Amino acid sequence: MATATLTTKPLTMADMKGKADPDWCPGCGDFGVLAALQKALVELQIPTHNIVTISGIGCSSNLPGYISTYGMHTLHGRALAVATGVKQANHELTVIVTGGDGDGFGIGGNHFMHTMRRNVDLLYIVMDNQIYGLTTGQTSPTSRVGMKTKSMPFGNIEAPINPITLALAAGATFVARGFSGEQKHLTELIKNGIEHKGFSFIDVFSPCVTYNHDNTYQWFRPRVKKLEDDTSFDASDWTAAMERSTLWGEEIPIGKFFERTDVPALHAAEPVLNDGPLVHRDLRLPTDVTRGFIEELM
Amino acid sequence: MTQTFAIGIGGAAGQGVATPGDIFAKIFSRRGLHLNAYNAYQSIIRGGHTFLTIRTGPEKVTNMGDRIDLLIPLNQDTMDRHFGLLSVGAACIYNSDTIKPGSTTDGVQLCPLPVSKLADISRNKVAQNTLAVGAGLNMMGIGFQALETMLTEQFKKKGDAVVAENVAIARAGYDYASQNFKPFDPPLPMTDNPYAVLSGNMALAMGGVAAGVKFYCAYPMSPSTGVLHWMASHARKAGVMVRQVEDEIGVVNMAIGAAHAGVRAMCATSGGGFALMSEGLGMSAMMETPIVVIDCQRAGPSTGVPTKTEQGDLWQMLGAAFGDYPRVIGAPLDIGDCFTMIPEIFNVADRFQCPGIVLCDLLLSEGRLSVDPRDLNFNPPIDRGELITSNGGSGSNGANGNYKRYQITESGVSQRAVPGVPGHAHTAATDEHDEDGVLISDEFTNPIKRRAMMEKRMRKQSGIEAAVPPPHLIGPRDADVTLIGWGSTYGVIGEACAMLSEQGISANQLQIRWLVPLHGDAILDILKAARHTIIVENNYSGQFARYLRSETSYVPDGHIRKYDGEPFMPHHIVESVKEQLAGKSKLSVPAHEIMV
Repeated sequence: MATATLTTKPLTMADMKGKADPDWCPGCGDFGVLAALQKALVELQIPTHNIVTISGIGCSSNLPGYISTYGMHTLHGRALAVATGVKQANHELTVIVTGGDGDGFGIGGNHFMHTMRRNVDLLYIVMDNQIYGLTTGQTSPTSRVGMKTKSMPFGNIEAPINPITLALAAGATFVARGFSGEQKHLTELIKNGIEHKGFSFIDVFSPCVTYNHDNTYQWFRPRVKKLEDDTSFDASDWTAAMERSTLWGEEIPIGKFFERTDVPALHAAEPVLNDGPLVHRDLRLPTDVTRGFIEELM
Repeated sequence: MTQTFAIGIGGAAGQGVATPGDIFAKIFSRRGLHLNAYNAYQSIIRGGHTFLTIRTGPEKVTNMGDRIDLLIPLNQDTMDRHFGLLSVGAACIYNSDTIKPGSTTDGVQLCPLPVSKLADISRNKVAQNTLAVGAGLNMMGIGFQALETMLTEQFKKKGDAVVAENVAIARAGYDYASQNFKPFDPPLPMTDNPYAVLSGNMALAMGGVAAGVKFYCAYPMSPSTGVLHWMASHARKAGVMVRQVEDEIGVVNMAIGAAHAGVRAMCATSGGGFALMSEGLGMSAMMETPIVVIDCQRAGPSTGVPTKTEQGDLWQMLGAAFGDYPRVIGAPLDIGDCFTMIPEIFNVADRFQCPGIVLCDLLLSEGRLSVDPRDLNFNPPIDRGELITSNGGSGSNGANGNYKRYQITESGVSQRAVPGVPGHAHTAATDEHDEDGVLISDEFTNPIKRRAMMEKRMRKQSGIEAAVPPPHLIGPRDADVTLIGWGSTYGVIGEACAMLSEQGISANQLQIRWLVPLHGDAILDILKAARHTIIVENNYSGQFARYLRSETSYVPDGHIRKYDGEPFMPHHIVESVKEQLAGKSKLSVPAHEIMV
């Protein structure tokens, strides 16, 4: 993604504030994700009018209203499909998709897989709280086995998906995990993800303080271990990333699992876009081209 | 009635029905003859029964007609199915080595070709097809040169030897016919005005390019897939980004994303795919991001009959997505109109920032028609409405804080800034929102604001109504019967009216092109003055009749419906009208005589 520098006065955190204030529950992990995203954008100094923040539906998907970029608050599960269209129509825009685990891995699971294999140049941040919040507490695709929710009051009997393993298997070119309680670390991951030329995925532990009493800040804090602190780990090694992705329990890795830069992003692989963004093109085609279309029919 | 000539070619899928069909079509259109082609086929790649009807004539040919003048059965099955349809003056060219003719009808000419004597069938598997084409053209009075040119074009990539071999086979068929078969009378005329031949799907795709579409995406689904194929194969020349998406949910959302970023975006599907798109249409309406979705109807419900035609999706279009929102729905009248309608509906969708739906069907999508190339206007009027673009749009609306994306206006239309324009950042939401885009759905619901936003969006409907013309009566004002149709039945109803007039029953036609908005008052004015009204449509329940009644309370005198998967033929309508005028019935469901 292009990182343009603003020629006028530098952007500050105050410039990043959206038209509305967050309506999340006090203590929600999503506040930390919003702050880290705003901080990352301030540090990158990308003009806000060249950024589109796109979400689906859910608590975390309200985020575009709380940031001063262009925003789209789309349908449940469809943010990645919409974002793919936005990026292909104007690949000079910086596209950021935000949402929750139900939105992205449940109803939107199909688009998640295909957006990764297409290597669409965007940053996808999932605020993963392992529960459905806005619908008042049902099991999500990342809820642990045994978790009691309103939809599975006797305990979840279905195995959760592992978003990191899934992303690696689907061909994502940037895969990371953050924790809402680790602000600085998350800000760096977001910056790295925006600058990555291709699909960047960051699964963020963003605790739901109202409905998930299993995976709380207190539960995560002693468990999360930064991959950056492990000198033996190499994030360009896909097999090593796969192996680390399966670690869960007393020790849960956060940080950048994997990045490769040798795969062109979708818009870069499409010769039609060589002449610049579609949105700037003349709607009329040259007469010799259209005459050729008719001659084929004669 | 003007004279037409129809050829029926049939065989199993994979036997090469398409190639002789294409050769005939090109030869006719290059000689300035009009044509209409309809291919009846099944959802099978090899085998089954495919029956292609090509009808040609010096004037516009709007449908497959009632009569086959020349039957070319490529296998026994085709002979058995269709020989009985032939009547006086018709002929049947067949391979006498492998096919037994049906019992001879008076006045039908049998034209057996001793294929193994005329060509080396061990070398050329489709020799019988080429021989038949040669023989047929001879009987139609068309000089051999036209066929030689076509075969040369067709086979030149395979080298001179292949060209020479095929030309020699065609010549053998041509000469054999001149010595053994009686020519048709009169021979086909010729004009200096060559026509373009195209399918409805090609026309829809090219219409999109003419409208300035820059993003097209789709999931393959018969009978809409031809739009994707044309777009994909011409994408680089036309500067269109074409994507095949994981499902139709992805399709509509991706198209809306591209449209939201400022380009004209289009997608096509059939009924099943459209069902998956319906939530997306609501988003287009709520975010006020215009897109155009094409539905090429096939026989439903569910998977239905994927290779057969129907006008059964009207109520799905009328009710697509929940809630009330403004939309525009058009049904092209013929294949040429598939081209013309796309730029028109894009202008309406752009001006009123709402979804536009094109209701096509298999009959047009996969049929072929001759069109005057001058009617394929790649320079149509383009009106993008109140769009503020990064490359110099009309808007000069202020900076952040002042710009209201959903400003309440008298027309209901607000200025639309696309991402990338400084000073206009806003969030477009599927939740109900205030003028500045801030949600009024979650924390701050507000009945006064909600009502104001509903009324703002719905006010666009009156503007849309003024932007699309009302339908008009075709034919004599005072007629014994008025036939009402919509979309693709335009041509066949027109021919039925002409046939009725020849038989002493004056008939006129009211064909609906814009379904939403309907212009109910204008329709009522016409129908109240009519003596006897009959609605003709290709579905079971009379979907248009029910819609017309819901909008206008109008109930016609009778109905003609067909839901067997095949299109109407003119005589179906003529006979049904006569039956109804005689008071024998108010609902006619004509039987399709051709077994395909």
